[in-house]
Order: sequence, then structure tokens, then C-alpha cells
Amino acid sequence: MSTVFQVQNLKKSFGGLAVTQDVSISMAPGDRVALIGPNGAGKTTFVNLVTGHLQPDSGKVTLGGEDVTSLGPTKRVQQGLVRSFQVTRLFADMTPQEHVALAVLQRTGRSRRILGNFHAMPDVMAEVGELLHTLGIDHIATRKVSEIAYGQQRLLEIALALALKPKVLLLDEPAAGVPQSDTPRIEAALAGLPSDLAVLMIEHDMDLVFRFARRVVVLAAGAIIFDGSPQDVTKDARVREAYLGNYANDRSAA
Amino acid sequence: MAAIETTSPTAKAATAPNWLLRDLAGLAVILIVAAIGFLLFPNNLALLTRITAIALLVLSLDLVTGYCGIATLGHAALFGAGAYAAGIAAAHFDINDPIAMVAIGALGGAVAGLVSGAVILRGHGLAQLVLSIAVVHLFHEIANKASEWTGGSDGLSGISPDPVFGVFEFDLWGHTAYGFGIALLVIVFMLLRLLVRSPFGMLCRGIKEDPIRVSAMGASVQGTLLRMYVISGAVAGIGGALNAISTQVVGLDSLSFTTSAESLVMLVLGGTGSLFGALIGTVSFMVFKDFVSAVNPFHWLTIVGALLIAVVLFAPKGLYGTAAQLLNRSRRQ
Repeated sequence: MSTVFQVQNLKKSFGGLAVTQDVSISMAPGDRVALIGPNGAGKTTFVNLVTGHLQPDSGKVTLGGEDVTSLGPTKRVQQGLVRSFQVTRLFADMTPQEHVALAVLQRTGRSRRILGNFHAMPDVMAEVGELLHTLGIDHIATRKVSEIAYGQQRLLEIALALALKPKVLLLDEPAAGVPQSDTPRIEAALAGLPSDLAVLMIEHDMDLVFRFARRVVVLAAGAIIFDGSPQDVTKDARVREAYLGNYANDRSAA
Repeated sequence: MAAIETTSPTAKAATAPNWLLRDLAGLAVILIVAAIGFLLFPNNLALLTRITAIALLVLSLDLVTGYCGIATLGHAALFGAGAYAAGIAAAHFDINDPIAMVAIGALGGAVAGLVSGAVILRGHGLAQLVLSIAVVHLFHEIANKASEWTGGSDGLSGISPDPVFGVFEFDLWGHTAYGFGIALLVIVFMLLRLLVRSPFGMLCRGIKEDPIRVSAMGASVQGTLLRMYVISGAVAGIGGALNAISTQVVGLDSLSFTTSAESLVMLVLGGTGSLFGALIGTVSFMVFKDFVSAVNPFHWLTIVGALLIAVVLFAPKGLYGTAAQLLNRSRRQ
């Protein structure tokens, strides 16, 4: 099994508090991994370490075989590690079409051009149209983002991430805040993600986790306590303990 | 125009907005207003040329403030740098060709943009504003101290530009200077229209709305902003050079805090984030200021202040922004 993304013995502490303790995960193209854990388990810190917003105290992050531990967030995106945000971060004044076009231009190294416009670039227009169509938001392509529904904004977040053609996609609660009626569309979009893409999803909604993930990683008190199939996760005694709160207490007492 | 609203899912590629029409409309409006100004105030072309030069400064400020969201009260540093660069080239190096002077002014402004951008972009919000004020004071002080080159507080004189293309001499009535200024404004305006809708312009708008999202796309936020600062510097520098050519003197006021603050006021008055807004803001502020100060020399500043408060309270998007909004609303109904 080839590895596209690997985290080895990642450690991070703030002051005396070890927030990430010796975390190792490895992913292959096509993986669908859900990262779960109770509140305060260190999921956000882990995401920040992976994206490069935080530097680990020790450990290594490799992407497509290359060590990216010392690279900043922007460089990691350029190498193919793309994330979506828990709360949508979009440009309120711009249209979905402009959003995706900007991402395509950025990926293809044309975002610094001071002349021309993406409307006159057939390849960009074709790719934008196709992505928006795949996600079912092509009918609102030229509306301002501030005028479209939240569920559609979430779909646009996914379109933006895909436009960057990532190797590894980090989805931070992709369905958070979406009304119940719209979740099927998000789930359909997740099911339709490219089959060679490695996806790591951070999610609270266990229903979504079970439907989406083929592998579940449980983080508690900064350490991985489970890494296995969704069928086994509910049976694991330590996971149950962690969600009941005892695990974290035991560890800090030890 | 109606094709912008695509409703059928089969019409995937929405057509581009009708920019050419708007560009030509903008061009026509500038030329018509310029002609009206020329006919109404044939004896006050110096003021009109000054307005044109300041319009270039406000356009340049709009690039960084309106399109990138950078707060600055020091933008006259770039305008003044352009004015001094063009002035020094003429007075000390005998480069009197007006087009060469404009090019040197643009270069001077761009260098000043690079330097001040590198400083200002280190801060955010309030810190950024304070840094920008520090920068313009620093530029002012340097120009004041280097009096051998700049004439210090007496101003830099000895600028006598050659005729444009060797044909149009700069006359006492300011006909040539005015025509030259309007030509520069039209060229710069059209180039900026291209710039703001280019991929780079779109990237800048993205940074203004959410820099974190832009860096999550893999684009360098600081690099992009600095680049825009340099472009903005070149535009302000052209404005400065125009001022140096038309008045044939460069004073310290061209890189003062007051000029910086006034240009920001003009931009807010017209509406940030739109090139038309920058132009409308400049023309209305300068004309209003000139008119009010003639009618009431003692309280004109109070009246200008009251006007500003009224605009900010009742038309927060500025004159152009509010008008465009109203027009859009009535079009939809």
C-alpha cells in the first residue's frame, strides 16, 4: 500500500500541557478516515499541526513522500494538502464561479496575472463549470455568496478544495451548521469525492462518520486510542471510556 | 446583459459581464466631465489639473484600501515621492521631457510603494494605520532635510518641462497641462479597469475579504499585497509627476499627512472598492471644497466636515456605492 500522507510521532505541548502526544497516522490514496474524539481531545491542535499553522515540538509530517514538517501552511497547500473550514470561509462579495475560478487560477499558477480575465480562459471556465455542476450548485454560479444558502456555501467549500486538486483533503466538520434537509446533498458530495484522494474528516456527527469512513481514528487527551474499522470502534472499551470522560481523567492522574 | 442570470442548468458557462460597455461608458463620462470643466472654468484650469492629479492619488489609494483592505493614512508618501522624483529629474538632471518625467515619477512612486508597503504590511488594523502615519512623516522629514535636492521647505523649483511630443507647449493658461493630465487619467483608469478584473485583482479582493481563505488556497497574502502596493505607488507617482509638471514646483505638502488624510476622505466620500467611486469622490470633494471655501472662508472646514458626517451616516457606501446600490435595487423590482 503506497502512502501519500504520514504523521510520525507528532508531539506538541503548550507550557506543561501535552496537547498532542506521540500521534502517528498514515494514509494511502483513496483512504476515507474519520478523526473523532471528545471535546478537548486535541483535534484542533492536530489539524493545525498538520496544516502547518503550528510547528510540532518533535515528529514528522510527510506528504507524497516529502518531508513538509518545516513548511508553512501556504507551501503545504501548494504540495497538495488542502483543508476545508469548520465555519465556511468564503468571499461574501464574490460569486461561486469567481471562487472556483480563483482556486483553479491559483493551482495553475495564473493567479498573479495582471491582465486578462478567467471568463476569457476556456480551460478555466470549463473546469469551473464542471466542478459546480458536479456539486449541483451551477444554477447559482453567478450569485453573490452572501445571497446563497448555507448548505450551498458548504458545497462551495468542497468545490474550492477540489479545484486545488489536492492529494490529501482535510475536512473539518463538513456538515456543521447545515440544516437537516440539506445534509443528504453534502453526503452525496462527500460520496462523490475523487477515488484516488485521501480524505481525513474531523466530525462529531457519528451517523455521518459511519456512512462516510472506512477507517476511524479516535483521539483522546492528545493521543490516539483507537485506529480501526467503524464496526469495531463502538465495541472498544477505551473509546467508550473516553467518551464517558474517564479515560482523560485516568491519564492525567497517571 | 440579461444573460448574466443563468437559470437553466444546461447553460453552464455564464457569459462575462459586459465590461467593454462599462469601460466605454466610464471613458465617455470622464471625457464629458473634463470637457464641461474646461468650458465652465476656462480660467481655473490649474484647479482642474490639480483635481486630476489628486484623482490619480485617490485611485491609487483605492487599490490598496478599497481592493485590498489595507488601512493607510500615509498614502501621500507615494504621491510626493513621484512628484519629487519627476521634479528632481527635471531640476537637477535636465530630464525635461514630460513623458519621461511621468515615467520617472511612476518609478519613484513604485519604489516608495515598495518601501512603505514593506513597513505598513507588517502591522494589522490600528498598528497598520499608525505605521502608515509614521511612514508619511518620515518621508516628509527626509524631503525637508535633503534640501539640497528637494529645496526643503521652500519647495523644489526650476522645473520647466519641454513641450509634449515636442509640439504642445505648457502654456500660461494651463491648456496643455490640463489636456496632458486628462490623457494620463484616462490611460491609467483604463489600465486599472483591466487590473481590477484580472486574476491578480480577484486575488486582492479575496484577501480583503478573508486572507486566511486565500492562504488556504496556497497563495501568498503578503507577496500579493506588496505587489499591489508597488502598482499603487506607480499610479500615485504618476499623479505626483503630473502635479510637478503642471505647477512646475514641488512642495512638502505633496507628501504631508494632510494630503494623505484628505485623499482617504475623498475615497470614503466616493465609495471604496470602485474606481468610479474614487473619481467621483475626488471631484465632488475638491469642487465642494473650492466652492465652500470661496463662499465662506472662515467656516468651510466645518461645512466639509458636516458633509462627510452626512455621507458616512446616510450613504455609508459612499456617493457612488450608494447610487449603484439604489440603481440595482430599482432594477430588480
